[in-house]
Amino acid sequence: MKSSVITFPGSNCDRDMDVALKKFGFKNKMVWHDDSELPKSDLVVLPGGFSYGDYLRCGSMASKSKIMQSVINFANSGGMVMGICNGFQILVETGLVPGVLLRNKYLEFICKNVFVKINDKQNRYFKNVNNEVLELHIAHNEGNYFCTKDQLKEIEDNNQIAINYCDESGKIDDKFNPNGSIKNIAGILNKEKNVLGMMPHPERMIDISLSGEDGSLFFKNLINNLK
Amino acid sequence: MKISVIITLKQDVLDPQGKVIHQTLDGMGFEDVNEVRQGKYFEIDMKETDYAKAKTKVEEMCKKLLANLVIENYKIIDPK
Repeated sequence: MKSSVITFPGSNCDRDMDVALKKFGFKNKMVWHDDSELPKSDLVVLPGGFSYGDYLRCGSMASKSKIMQSVINFANSGGMVMGICNGFQILVETGLVPGVLLRNKYLEFICKNVFVKINDKQNRYFKNVNNEVLELHIAHNEGNYFCTKDQLKEIEDNNQIAINYCDESGKIDDKFNPNGSIKNIAGILNKEKNVLGMMPHPERMIDISLSGEDGSLFFKNLINNLK
Repeated sequence: MKISVIITLKQDVLDPQGKVIHQTLDGMGFEDVNEVRQGKYFEIDMKETDYAKAKTKVEEMCKKLLANLVIENYKIIDPK
């Protein structure tokens, strides 16, 4: 399986993602934002970080960079595109996934482990994951998912919510919502379910001695689903 | 030609920064404030000398980059 991680000026989780993808068997290539051609890929990842210093709106500049036109074309032809954290912010700015990510409700940068419940297991990202709940890491200032009422209805009707913030047992409640996101949304899919944007970082949870291993579950499963 | 643009959050979008500014103003003794909403202001110096054409271009900039129309409104201010 071939993957590509796009590096934007200000990306800082691109190398972590490279390590994670390689650990679980992907042949990964790093791609510079100013390139226009995407290498042949089974998966394209927009990594976390602070592309363009979060100027204007997080992800807004990166969404207009040269490589993104190829990424958009790849996604529109059914290619798997995953945006993590700042990558999620870039995805919403391209319009590949609906909604926006606002400043966290209580105006604090949040850096901690959270639990997320997998809402949809029909898609190729979470299909066959045995766990209902994953423990993953979040680190963001703008992760407060917002969309219009009409968009929310469409998202729910199409079962596009990928994961929700919850407690260890999988209970979804306002108490376990770290940033004010509508419906505790931590990650969403596009209508066709080939594009995933999520705030949590699975690449930070792949080493038992450093963190948990729920990210490992995610990547092992993902590569199997793509085969 | 300088054209100014003001971007504001739509009414139903939460503005936590505006809220904190409001609270701070309140704490400073400015108690007669109903609400504060924070926005963005841009000055764009255009090479185009025809106002109508320049305005059309700025409008396109607003839609494509300066504003995110899911949460924001834009207003182009006519040059004096």
